[in-house]
Amino acid sequence: MSVSAEKIAELEKIARKLRHDIVMMIGAGKPGHLGGSCSIADIIAVLYFHKMRHDPKNPKWPDRDRLLLSKGHAALTQYAALARCGYFPEKELTTLKELGTMLQGHPEMLRMPGIEANTGSLGQGLSVACGMALAGKLDKKDYTVYCVLGDGEIAEGQIWEASMTAAFYKLDNLVAILDKNLVQATGPIVERYDTNPHGEKWKAFGWHVLEIDGHSIEQIADALDKADEVKGQPVMIVANTVKSKGVPFAEGKAEFHHGIMTQEQHETARQLFKDDCK
Amino acid sequence: MNMQNCRVVYGETLVELGRENERIVALDADLSKSTMTRLFEQQFPERYFEMGIGEQNMVSTAVGLALCGKIAFVNSFAVFAVGRPYDQIRVSVCIGKVNVKIIGSSCGISDFGDGATHQGIEDIAIMRAIPNMTVLSPVDGIETRKMVRVAVEHEGPVYIRIPRNEVPDVSGENQQFIIGKPSVIRQGSDVTVFAHGYMVYKALKAADTLQEQGISLRVVNVSTLKPLDEQAIKELAGDVKAVVTVEEHTIIGGLASAVAYVMRGRAIPMEAVAIQDCFGQSALSYEELLEHYGLTDTAIVKAVKKVLA
Repeated sequence: MSVSAEKIAELEKIARKLRHDIVMMIGAGKPGHLGGSCSIADIIAVLYFHKMRHDPKNPKWPDRDRLLLSKGHAALTQYAALARCGYFPEKELTTLKELGTMLQGHPEMLRMPGIEANTGSLGQGLSVACGMALAGKLDKKDYTVYCVLGDGEIAEGQIWEASMTAAFYKLDNLVAILDKNLVQATGPIVERYDTNPHGEKWKAFGWHVLEIDGHSIEQIADALDKADEVKGQPVMIVANTVKSKGVPFAEGKAEFHHGIMTQEQHETARQLFKDDCK
Repeated sequence: MNMQNCRVVYGETLVELGRENERIVALDADLSKSTMTRLFEQQFPERYFEMGIGEQNMVSTAVGLALCGKIAFVNSFAVFAVGRPYDQIRVSVCIGKVNVKIIGSSCGISDFGDGATHQGIEDIAIMRAIPNMTVLSPVDGIETRKMVRVAVEHEGPVYIRIPRNEVPDVSGENQQFIIGKPSVIRQGSDVTVFAHGYMVYKALKAADTLQEQGISLRVVNVSTLKPLDEQAIKELAGDVKAVVTVEEHTIIGGLASAVAYVMRGRAIPMEAVAIQDCFGQSALSYEELLEHYGLTDTAIVKAVKKVLA
């Protein structure tokens, strides 16, 4: 086990705080990307609060590990993590989508410290991550580039172009995590547009593939450590997750890909996490 | 007249710059023998990235390199360099003002043999429409060399279209290239012709013909299509009887559109020589194709007479 029971408990609590922030950012009566944000909360918690080498006081530190959300619509989780790490004041989290805010509907690097690139038009983030990994090789730096993809997103052809770049250039400093939450905006992946099988495809494209429970802090942390040991190949961690994980009334439901919580639902969700944020 | 091939000049200049600046990297999508980035690859194999036949991934990968401090040159034919990765240029490159240079080679109808699929006649319109993009079109080899150098010094997205064939030198070695500044290649007093690329040479030929007929043309090289120096355009069009624009590009969204917008509200007659709203096709020579689409000195003479009539 690469992390102590104590650390696991701490990271689980952080993940709940992130979910709290997501629910509060979206608010009641307004649409927001609840589903895909909550499904990656545990992964984001482990990356920012355990695994990644980064410095909130120096967001442009050249040796930092980098995290790109190729599925940029799940930015709420990243916003919450960046705020809680200290990249910007937590009070900014109340300004989501307001005119002039740093919390855009999709992440913008020139507006928010800690955002590495503009993503949200799906399919582009993995290529940007490849470029950063290539630069790391060229500059003989030892940083790792992490990139989170959606299982709906990987229908974009550019993802597979990028997968070939990563394998061809042996980008072992690149770790992708597939948020396999099974649901895209209009319904279950298997019914709408099935991108399976995942592990086999990435293996065939030259990646080292690991498969985990994407809500197990221990498995996430272990897989990220294992990824460090892989040489000469990029690593894909297929993370089995649940859409809207942690918010029972929304779990697994396509309506909450970009859904609206009623006042009552919002209050229910807030109550779920409020003790973690005392 | 000295002839130079702009893509060869581009390839050589990139090598020169690569020698001076280790941050420069080049990416190509299996067209390096045409775009001439193979010269860069031969000199700096570790800083050249073959991206396979995949332009979208190439552009976004260049963004990643640029965000780690590299000055990334993305290369393909103009039609593929802006058409296939339009959204990647828009989102990955331009919203964040990332330091990526897009090189659109074999621009216009200069790839005469390959037909409509390979002839980039709407690249300037597409690139002009994206905020934060600088759009350049060199008039000759001399300007190409200066332009590529300036693109490296300029922090942020730049698009440069590069013609495929040899073109005559018409600009002066001593003339400085500054982004945004149009340059007067020939003084004249009756009509101002705004042109870019190889069409400047055609305008100069038209000016010779018209001079014999007592009509004086001012020929202006508008090698920066965006940002367009509106004040300079107004001044250069302010003391003549009429304005003609000439471009190897569709009439929609290029120089004709840009100049017409600048001259809005002014009672000055205008004519445009451009590819009408249609695709190109194959031909056995570049000049034959230019003639077919009305991009000749004769067509410019006609347009001048029409606008003065």
